[in-house]
Amino acid sequence: MTKTDVKKPITEQLALPHIKYRKFKQTIFFALFRFAALINGTALAIILFFLLKNGYKAINWTFLTQPPIDSMTKGGILPCIVGTLYLSLGAIAISLPIGIASAIYLNEYAGSGRVLRIIRLGINNLAGVPSVVFGLFGLAFFVIYLKMGVSILAGALTLGLLSLPVIIGATEEALKTVPETYREASLGLGATKLQTIFRVVLPCAMPGILTGAILGISRAAGETAPIMFTAAVFFTPDLPSSIFDEIMALPYHIYVLSTAGTEIEATRPLQYGTSLVLIVLVFGMNLAAILLRARLRKRMHI
Amino acid sequence: MAINRQFKERWMRRFFFVIASTSIFILLLIMIFLFAEGLPIFKKVSLTDFIFGKYWYPTSEPPEFGIFPLIAASISVTVLSAVISIPLGVMTAIYLAEIAAFKVREIVKPMVELLAAIPSVVIGFFGMVIVSPFLQDMFDVATGLNLFNAALMLGFMSVPTICSISEDAVSSVPRAMKEASFALGATHFETIFKVVLPASLSGITTSIILGMSRAIGETMVVLMVAGGAAMIPLSIFDPVRPMPASIAAEMAEAPFRGDHYYALFATGVVLFCFTLMFNIIADHIAYKYKQTGDSTL
Repeated sequence: MTKTDVKKPITEQLALPHIKYRKFKQTIFFALFRFAALINGTALAIILFFLLKNGYKAINWTFLTQPPIDSMTKGGILPCIVGTLYLSLGAIAISLPIGIASAIYLNEYAGSGRVLRIIRLGINNLAGVPSVVFGLFGLAFFVIYLKMGVSILAGALTLGLLSLPVIIGATEEALKTVPETYREASLGLGATKLQTIFRVVLPCAMPGILTGAILGISRAAGETAPIMFTAAVFFTPDLPSSIFDEIMALPYHIYVLSTAGTEIEATRPLQYGTSLVLIVLVFGMNLAAILLRARLRKRMHI
Repeated sequence: MAINRQFKERWMRRFFFVIASTSIFILLLIMIFLFAEGLPIFKKVSLTDFIFGKYWYPTSEPPEFGIFPLIAASISVTVLSAVISIPLGVMTAIYLAEIAAFKVREIVKPMVELLAAIPSVVIGFFGMVIVSPFLQDMFDVATGLNLFNAALMLGFMSVPTICSISEDAVSSVPRAMKEASFALGATHFETIFKVVLPASLSGITTSIILGMSRAIGETMVVLMVAGGAAMIPLSIFDPVRPMPASIAAEMAEAPFRGDHYYALFATGVVLFCFTLMFNIIADHIAYKYKQTGDSTL
């Protein structure tokens, strides 16, 4: 054995014959992985680029503050913005309390028995129900069976059920990040479980829960299929005056203008503009949630 | 006072339990109402004729209610979209969990999340006005609104689902396993391929199934981009009409509680069964092959 060989570790001696090939393979595959990530980024960039390029011209003060005129070929989208706000806020008002209470049970009370397994299966399956099926259900149950008619209430309830799994998931995550020692300290001081939950656990988890709520609102704001049969209409000139009114909504407006209008080409700028407004709304909420979460994570590390 | 407190505690526990069961209750309610509004169609058409019937002409005289073309369209769109989304999603997940530097990950991860946040109607709109003309020119086909376009859009919509769940699975593989592999002289790539991936296979499989479940149930994209022809696709550039598109497009015109209305609800039942099956399989895999480490699955 020569002197140089002895200095090298045994593993490297054994690996030497193929090491170049193996390193080469690694380089190729890592490049491929990187490329995959790049494609996703590019897809996002392309979508945003085209929407911005074609949409920014349509957006001005009139567009945001006026109702549509001339059978929706001109004017603004104020009723749609208001409608989407009503619907998503209504949805969150329904799903937030139910979602938080569900997550409290799952994380603070439930053991790991069969009941928990079934509840989780239910939540996972609810999360997987297609949005159009939610629409059908909303139509059959809220609109027809409960006689709500096509209304804000029916739409908000449908969207609320749809965003429930999002809220439950996010709240559970938030509750999990509260250290066990906090609970023990509270219980050790003689507080009951209920007091511990409401005075210690929930306040600690609140920012995380808020993140979930924001994501829930953004999800509800972007959905179209569930409100098609339950709340949204082609056109109403007035802003809604009660929760039993039917309304216009941003996503449905995009769909209607781009597929069903008589002047699809002429209203293209309006379509781009509406899409841009919707995406700014949704992305704004998502970015807020992402930033909030990043700040939280930093605080947790300290 | 102590008794009073205990009493309250017990009742609150029950209260939380009841609320937590709401999800199951809603799921049951959805099933009941779908079936109640969908089953009457089977007085007119037999179940076999409905599912395997080749013609969907709900408004002609006499109407034909065969949803086989719709099912075929749904399945082909989903499978084709999976061909795009599985490699992209899994590879991005591996990149994020294993390769990317911390700073890069902090940028790429939110980007994937934003991709998931784009409303489906906007993706549909994008596919209609930008991608469709592009495909028409590039492949010289009759219409850019076709199976391929829809699959492309759906593929990018299910990437975030696959990516985020896979990433969770990959990054929760215990450090010790990777270190053992490195200590034996494996390269990073070999460690990923022969240790990390097998260890996180159940999580990755779950993510793929959930991604496909999302694709098959997605409505607005296929409604706007798939072309809308209710026929069995023969090429990837044929226009198709998947189940959700058919429901969303026709519900407004279907006479209330007429045969067409019942048929659409029955289509909803079929669609619901598909996604329910996907989700139960995913759930089963996630529990039965529960992976080592602290994955949330």
